[in-house]
Amino acid sequence: MLLSAIGLVKMPDLFTRMHAATKVGTVGVSGIVLAVAVHFEQMKVAAPALLIIVFFLATAPIAAHMIGRAAYEMGVELWKGTVIDEWKKQKKSESPPPPG
Amino acid sequence: MSPVLEWGSTISLYMLLVSMALAFVRVIRGPSLPDRIIALDLIASVVVGILCIHAIRSDEYVYLTAGIALALIAFIGTVALALFIRRGAPH
Repeated sequence: MLLSAIGLVKMPDLFTRMHAATKVGTVGVSGIVLAVAVHFEQMKVAAPALLIIVFFLATAPIAAHMIGRAAYEMGVELWKGTVIDEWKKQKKSESPPPPG
Repeated sequence: MSPVLEWGSTISLYMLLVSMALAFVRVIRGPSLPDRIIALDLIASVVVGILCIHAIRSDEYVYLTAGIALALIAFIGTVALALFIRRGAPH
């Protein structure tokens, strides 16, 4: 989690910051919750712990995807070292918008 | 509680405190709205971690239930804010 927060402050643009926050944050919380499950050694504790882990694993990519898409459409600037931007190329190639 | 567990949980709590402070810096400084949303999401995850460590320290597993509820609310809030941006928000 500390690494995640450091990445959140240090990274150059929004999209790399998002990588740091979502992936490392998920693994950090999963580790802590797993520690709780091991500490109590009871099934009634391990079940909610597994539920939290599964929930984080399921929702963090969805949230990151939605925020990334919204930010790109909003026009947030990419980092100047970004080498590939496939969405822009794709939009330029199909300049007459497809029907529907 | 064994001394190893006590030291470990104390160190973890301090690390979570530092990461919460850094995420708060990003909330204040963030150049755009999505930055702030991501930082708030991370703060919610940090709070879930603090709850779990407190569950270990106080030998009360009920805090895990609060963690589940907090994770749910954080996800719903993040999705709602992302939809709010897509509809067009003031920058």
